[in-house]
Amino acid sequence: MSHATTAPASEAVGRDVPRIDARIKATGEAKYAGDLVVPGMLYGRVWRSPAAHARIVRIDLNGADRAPGVVAVLTGADLSDIDPRYGHALKDRPLIAIDTVRFAGEPVVAVAAETQAAADDAMALIDVEFADLPVVATIDAALAEDAPHLHDTAALTPGLFHGLGKLTLEPGNVCYHHAFARGDVDALFAAADIVVEGEYEFPAVYQYAMEPHTTIAEWISDDEIVVHSSCQHPFLVRAELADLFGVPVANVRIVVPYLGGGFGSKSYTKMEPLTVALARKAKRPVRIANRVDESMVTTRRHGMKAWMRTAATRDGTLLAREARAWFDTGAYADNGPRVVATGADAAPGPYRWEAVKVDAWGVYTNTSPAGSYRAFGATHLQWCGELQVDEIGRRCGLDAVAMRERNLLEPGESVRPGGKPLDADLKGDIRKVAAALDWDAPKAPHVGRGVSVGLLAAGAHPVSTAFVRLEADGTATLLVSTTEVGQGARTVFSQIVAEELAMPVARVKVPGGDTDKTPYDRSTGASRSTTLAGMAVLRAAREVREQLAAIAARVFGLPEAAIELRAGAAWHEGEAVDYPALIAAHFGMVGGELMGRGEVRPDKGSGSYAEGPVFWEVCVGGVEAEIDPETGQVRLRKVVTVADVGKALNPKLVEAQEMGGSMQGIGNALYEEMLFDPHTGALQNATLFDYHVPTFADLPDAFASNIVENGDGPGPYGAKGVGEGALAGTTAAVATALADAGAVLDALPATPERVWRALRTRRDAAAD
Amino acid sequence: MAVETTAPAQAPALRLLRMTLNGRPVELEIAPRELLLPVLRDRLGMKGAKLSCDVQVCGACTVLLDGVPVSSCTTLAYEADGKSVETIEGLAHDGRLHPIQAAFIECGAFQCGFCTSGMILSTKALLAETARPTRDEIAAYLSGNICRCTGYWNIITAVEDAAGRLAGDGEEEGA
Repeated sequence: MSHATTAPASEAVGRDVPRIDARIKATGEAKYAGDLVVPGMLYGRVWRSPAAHARIVRIDLNGADRAPGVVAVLTGADLSDIDPRYGHALKDRPLIAIDTVRFAGEPVVAVAAETQAAADDAMALIDVEFADLPVVATIDAALAEDAPHLHDTAALTPGLFHGLGKLTLEPGNVCYHHAFARGDVDALFAAADIVVEGEYEFPAVYQYAMEPHTTIAEWISDDEIVVHSSCQHPFLVRAELADLFGVPVANVRIVVPYLGGGFGSKSYTKMEPLTVALARKAKRPVRIANRVDESMVTTRRHGMKAWMRTAATRDGTLLAREARAWFDTGAYADNGPRVVATGADAAPGPYRWEAVKVDAWGVYTNTSPAGSYRAFGATHLQWCGELQVDEIGRRCGLDAVAMRERNLLEPGESVRPGGKPLDADLKGDIRKVAAALDWDAPKAPHVGRGVSVGLLAAGAHPVSTAFVRLEADGTATLLVSTTEVGQGARTVFSQIVAEELAMPVARVKVPGGDTDKTPYDRSTGASRSTTLAGMAVLRAAREVREQLAAIAARVFGLPEAAIELRAGAAWHEGEAVDYPALIAAHFGMVGGELMGRGEVRPDKGSGSYAEGPVFWEVCVGGVEAEIDPETGQVRLRKVVTVADVGKALNPKLVEAQEMGGSMQGIGNALYEEMLFDPHTGALQNATLFDYHVPTFADLPDAFASNIVENGDGPGPYGAKGVGEGALAGTTAAVATALADAGAVLDALPATPERVWRALRTRRDAAAD
Repeated sequence: MAVETTAPAQAPALRLLRMTLNGRPVELEIAPRELLLPVLRDRLGMKGAKLSCDVQVCGACTVLLDGVPVSSCTTLAYEADGKSVETIEGLAHDGRLHPIQAAFIECGAFQCGFCTSGMILSTKALLAETARPTRDEIAAYLSGNICRCTGYWNIITAVEDAAGRLAGDGEEEGA
């Protein structure tokens, strides 16, 4: 018999429990922000700047404010009573353009009307006179000596969640610099047998959450703000809105319905400040629903250029790596500083180095702002480093697997000084990939096989809380603020509650996030929710479990150790008292509820949370690719990923993350690139016609994911998060596979033209 | 049927639209420029179809017009006049899921769910044309429906599973 206060053998965890939102999503009943109608709600539309860098000379509404159905028009002039700048890292962004526009697509005028059509129609009336300023639309242009400065960087103040040390900005277009070095890099390069060096470019990428950003804002009685928004981080949005509009945090309520995908695009604050300001002006609730072309210029992945070199001995032992990377953060920093830091951290790769030196910069340009996108940082630089590892292998006669066997870190080894030691079996992971690719089998001409391995510092800040309420009828309500973006967090959490309370998953209800009701969670992203919010959920459920055990002991008149909690009841030798009866006994009536609270913070619990990162998410992939040498067209014959998750609480959901992440990795590797005109800064492919997102037609011939469960995670039952690694791992493995097939790329995506040119470059070099 | 909110701001020359929506006759006045998706969503309360790309690429707004999948974001509402329109809301009956819905749930064929209505309706049209499609046929037919979450694998499996259920190797699920 198991003890009442220890968890029983797993009944809910580790099983392919169906999603708890499956039915309402299959029937179309699940509500997203755009499906909601608040009484009295107006419809907003935003007039966006066609100019990438200009002074606003004059805004001529031409009667837009008196057009049929129009209720309110907002411009920068309406914000004189507040400091309208926000930005969680740097307060560099006005919520609507004031005097200056810095990217094509920046909001200049916002209109609220009785109907969407009326708001849309008003756009055609508005005329804005601009005085053009010089446009710097590329990293090179922005870093040129005579480049105009987008911001007075020396005067910028940190945002509420900068979190990256002291802010010391030189005048110029750099918003953040992250650097580290250890060992004598120069000496090792000077003495090395083999040095590989290259320059690389990674494109700006659109996350394309299928639901564009949608926000409904209501301003009540001048000091209460209610927002329904498609946001991943409701508590950070709440704090920024309170700060911007000068109201207490408790007066701001953020309600989060189901999200139609996030992938980072809905992290931090996006359209909420503008929508609130428009609602404040209109004195009515207002919805702003972005179109896709608007969401494309709301946030994106950073384009990057990098220089990297790697030194090794002639037997293939890696010695040193040096990298410099510049990340194009667009006109406003958004999450740029964090992306820069993570990219820099990922640059060395998980190898045993004698010396490393990395510098990374976030650079302002007159393009749309860049922020988070799934596996940021790792995706940017892993493919560059892995190409260099393979090139060293080619020069010293070791294949890609042998190179990694020789050089990868072992579990427990230091990844970076002061950080968490490696908590994953990378060599084991790579062996699994190689086996799945039939690594030693002969290859047809123009077929290449590649592997890649990287690490992503996962978890973000380890602060989460949760409440579990065990209702009088024995059902449970879990209050947790993790946003359900599609990852299945609510399902996994319901499994944890069911496990801890020994009750069926179907009896656990998990409503959506609402900052008035669900408790603080730092954010939904960085693969953190299962590990951190999940641990808060576990602790909350365990508190309820302890209360149940104590009540049962009183009811039975026995010590707690003599009682087992199972199947929604307390048991002793074949006699059962179900939870409703226990709760009724406790309160002396039919009613009441038991409530548990769970908390995760850096200095509590396992202790490992304080070390940073919360865990290392592996970014492991394998690809077999075939190139058509005449056209440069790439066909992916097989894609393999590894989810090194400690413990898969719901294996099917883990595999789903791998499938989806790897497909996005394929998009990043082969198709996706936002094209900004280098002279005007305008986005040239702002529709899904021109910006290709992978479809069914782009599926590889085969896919396999490996779930590795070593119980080595800091989350519930030894779990660690998943969701991002497959993207970076796959993108890099496509690059290494193409290199193995003869096309060594220095820029992604690997378009047929780039692949064809890379093949020819190599053929020409061989002919010389 | 509940009709809510927004009439167009300028509504000259309203036309009468008569169609069958999920098996029930519907009549309403529309402006000539109104598109089918906002009419379904905002005036007829059928929120299952979603607006995403707005250029007939992603398929999130897919509905069936006389059984044929169309992008309602770029279809004039008037084009539905005299026709039968089927949305995701019309699939489940009396609490019993349609076999395609049951297959999508069983196979984990969605995550965020934003593409799901369109994906299921395209699948319904496919299986009406081809009872037992091959995986290649499924991929080809559904190439007008984008899913950013799943990587498509589980959707293909779900469509195969649904084909089996509709052919009678399985049974409807509900409750």
